[in-house]
Amino acid sequence: MTGRLSLDVAIIGGGTAGCAAALHLARRGLSVALFERRTVGSQASGVNFGGVREQGRDFAELPLSRRSRRIWDELPALIGSDGEFMATGHLKLARDEDQMAVLEAFATGAADYGLAVERITGNRLRADYPWLGPKVIGATLCRSDGQANPRIVAPGFGQAARRAGAQVFEHEAVRHATRDAGGFRIETEAGRQVTAATLINVAGAWGATVAGWFGDAVPIAPRSPSMQVTEPLPYRVKVNVGVVGGDVYARQTPRGNVIFGGGQGWNDMATITSRAGETEVMAAMRRLTGILPWAGGAHVIRTWSGIEGFTPDDLPVLGSSVTTPGLLHAFGFSGHGFQLGPAVGEVLAELVLTGRSETPLAPFSIERFGGVLAASA
Amino acid sequence: MRPETVIIVGAGPAGIRAAMVLAEHGIRPVVLDEAPMSGGQIFRRQPQGFTRSYAKLYGYEARRAEALHTAFDALGPRIDYRPGALVWNVEGRRLQVLRDGVNETLAFDRLLFATGAMDRVIPFPGWTTPGVYTLGGAQVALKHQACAIGRRVVFFGSSPLLPLVALQYAAAGVAVAGVFDTTPRRAKIAALPGVLAGGTTGLKGLSYLARLALKGIRYHHGITPVAAIGDRTVTGFAYLDAGGRQHETACDAVAFGYGIKSEWQLADLAGCRFAFDADTHQWRVETDAEGRSSVEGIYLAGDGARIAGADVAAETGERAARAILADTGGPDQGAALSTIARRLARHAGLRQAIDRAFPFPAHLAREIPDDCILCRCEAVRAGEFRAAIAALGPDEVNRAKAFSRVGMGRCQGRVCGPAAAEILATELGRPVSEAGRLRSQPPVKPIPIAAFQESKGDAA
Ligand SMILES: Cc1cc2nc3c(=O)[nH]c(=O)nc-3n(C[C@H](O)[C@H](O)[C@H](O)COP(=O)(O)OP(=O)(O)OC[C@H]3O[C@@H](n4cnc5c(N)ncnc54)[C@H](O)[C@@H]3O)c2cc1C
Ligand SMILES: Cc1cc2nc3c(=O)[nH]c(=O)nc-3n(C[C@H](O)[C@H](O)[C@H](O)COP(=O)(O)OP(=O)(O)OC[C@H]3O[C@@H](n4cnc5c(N)ncnc54)[C@H](O)[C@@H]3O)c2cc1C
Repeated sequence: MTGRLSLDVAIIGGGTAGCAAALHLARRGLSVALFERRTVGSQASGVNFGGVREQGRDFAELPLSRRSRRIWDELPALIGSDGEFMATGHLKLARDEDQMAVLEAFATGAADYGLAVERITGNRLRADYPWLGPKVIGATLCRSDGQANPRIVAPGFGQAARRAGAQVFEHEAVRHATRDAGGFRIETEAGRQVTAATLINVAGAWGATVAGWFGDAVPIAPRSPSMQVTEPLPYRVKVNVGVVGGDVYARQTPRGNVIFGGGQGWNDMATITSRAGETEVMAAMRRLTGILPWAGGAHVIRTWSGIEGFTPDDLPVLGSSVTTPGLLHAFGFSGHGFQLGPAVGEVLAELVLTGRSETPLAPFSIERFGGVLAASA
Repeated sequence: MRPETVIIVGAGPAGIRAAMVLAEHGIRPVVLDEAPMSGGQIFRRQPQGFTRSYAKLYGYEARRAEALHTAFDALGPRIDYRPGALVWNVEGRRLQVLRDGVNETLAFDRLLFATGAMDRVIPFPGWTTPGVYTLGGAQVALKHQACAIGRRVVFFGSSPLLPLVALQYAAAGVAVAGVFDTTPRRAKIAALPGVLAGGTTGLKGLSYLARLALKGIRYHHGITPVAAIGDRTVTGFAYLDAGGRQHETACDAVAFGYGIKSEWQLADLAGCRFAFDADTHQWRVETDAEGRSSVEGIYLAGDGARIAGADVAAETGERAARAILADTGGPDQGAALSTIARRLARHAGLRQAIDRAFPFPAHLAREIPDDCILCRCEAVRAGEFRAAIAALGPDEVNRAKAFSRVGMGRCQGRVCGPAAAEILATELGRPVSEAGRLRSQPPVKPIPIAAFQESKGDAA
């Protein structure tokens, strides 16, 4: 596997973002290759909670999430599968007045972005959601939010990208990349030498490592949201549920399993393994029964986690490199990039093709971290 | 030096012998077992209130069963025995233990997994029909609850338990509708010299066949199961004989199985290295010659390390205990360890002969019909599994699980995993050892959320 390859665009990372970018670029007739260390969608994109949620986001992310939400409806036409996406709504819960004020503020602000969020309190809360625990005092509902099966979405994008003509190399990590007058020179662990005019860094929790090769400094922390699933229970909770602050969130699949999470587990970046972490697992079980007491009779059958890059302000890096022309970054989604993935792919394709995006990206500029690594000088 | 905390998980022949050896040397191990009483699988005790004699319960093994139980009970306060304790996670040097609905965190310095094995099955049409049991399940029902799974029972599969459980049912007065072995007769004949050389244990195995014949029960060789027939409950068993002709036998229960598989999920969580064992056709935890895993301070013994029966389990339990003694600065164990090694060497030939006489019929897994349920927890059919493989191209079992839900349910693939791996390997055109191994995630068995509420809490 030591061939040479000369491309318009090389992509490092086969999560939802990378696969979606590969799809759009290949559709526009560019020669594209994507390199994935393991298999497509095997990291954060494949193991996340499956929440497709706009409610509760930083307003700076809403233009991007709004754009992504439209694509979620179009998945069957785009990738040939709906990814089991269901617009079940997302109900965000308040456990005290301060939290209710947070929900109110979001609902008011979201309207400016065309995102409808309803306040639900008092009798209606108990009538519509009789399974809620007594500690919940109010909630807001975003009907257009929902949930999907993360295990099939990124692979679906990967396959669609292949069908559109992109080359997708799995089990082939990029060892290093540099840029000179002739463009990017990329070397894979398999010894393949690749040249490309444009390089896209969508390496997830490893995005800062790739950025570092070019002197772009981003302070990233790899974290591992703690996830659990119960045995099947009667199908009652049809909305995706979260709380202000996010210390517990839950959804139920039509098969009846309650999937829930909260807190951070642990990971080992050297071996690329992650676990839900027993302390967090036990704590999240307690928080779950606080909002869904009836789940207290269930058994947990599995816990798991993944590895996700978190930035200091919980906003991603999305846009051009400071140091290197032709280098684009999209990583650091800080625990909420599954919903964004489809739009991130479109935005990256726009940036490659036109140099700009119709979606405002200023808040995601890498420059906000102000750093250029000394090593690149 | 602070005395080390040694924890043994499993109070079967392996764990019991290990506890005895440690206690003899002044170490007081914590012994955890999720079962309410000690003894493990083969020497499982009857529930409180049952008063059947050892001879009735354990037959040939009565003396050994009684000796084991007596020896364990005699340990008394020299060990810290905690029955009914499910170990559901290992993280760092801690175990999470659920007992009587209360969770506890136990720290250890040395840990011995003597966790035994469970039935290995291959799904076949009708296997989820009420009245279909595993061979081990049928045996547990008879030996321990003193009830038979039916009045007229078919036994089939490829397992040393096959003739044994059929005979135990016949001896209990249950009508045995037939014993159907999926292994061709020639494999049995080829294994015969090894069985004969295996001393009394080998002869005992052969005597089961003779006694079945004496009772007029036919032992069929080289059959292929077709289906358990019946909607609400089993009414018959359809199979192809060695010549490929289809037959049907009326029955009201079926017991089947293909040997047993090691319970190594905890060792997996602890990070122990694995290897594929071609003889038993399954993954096992790698150990050195004295039971040390690849993780410092973690040891394995018994069927949880390698399927080899109760005698070997006890020997390897002692061996691991002596390795622990040696590793904690105790007296030299060289002489004792070489004695054990010699005794184990004598078992090796028989063990191989048994593996050959009752091989895992991988072809049956590969040929599971499309409309047969493969994963019963998630209700996924074999055809849906094959379709998911074709559609999304997984290259190993964890990926196939993610795409198809096979192995994502309550049992976490402990039941359907071996068959699913065979199907995937077939689709990939690779040996099953290259189809990967299902990763374990905590908890190793389902844990009740109720046990972790504020009032009860964990001891961490
Ligand atoms: C447990 C968990 C729960 C989550 N829940 C939600 C949720 O409910 N909703 C939501 O919106 N978001 C959620 N997220 C976040 C979301 O999953 C991520 O933000 C999103 O999937 C990131 O996608 P990605 O494509 O950027 O990264 P990834 O999916 O991580 O893809 C990056 C890929 O790059 C590859 N790679 C890295 N370095 C190299 C290299 N040198 N060469 C080749 N390949 C390389 C990696 O192997 C990886 O596959 C969750 C995340 C986790 C971990
Ligand atoms: C269903 C079945 C029936 C069998 N019947 C026979 C027979 O009739 N004749 C024969 O010769 N051999 C039989 N065998 C094989 C025989 O049981 C074993 O060879 C022998 O018991 C192995 O001893 P062991 O100590 O390794 O494991 P076991 O005797 O299986 O003991 C393991 C112990 O570990 C405990 N354990 C496992 N996981 C956990 C956990 N997570 N937390 C707490 N405790 C745990 C179990 O409860 C069990 O008591 C049978 C095996 C099975 C699976």
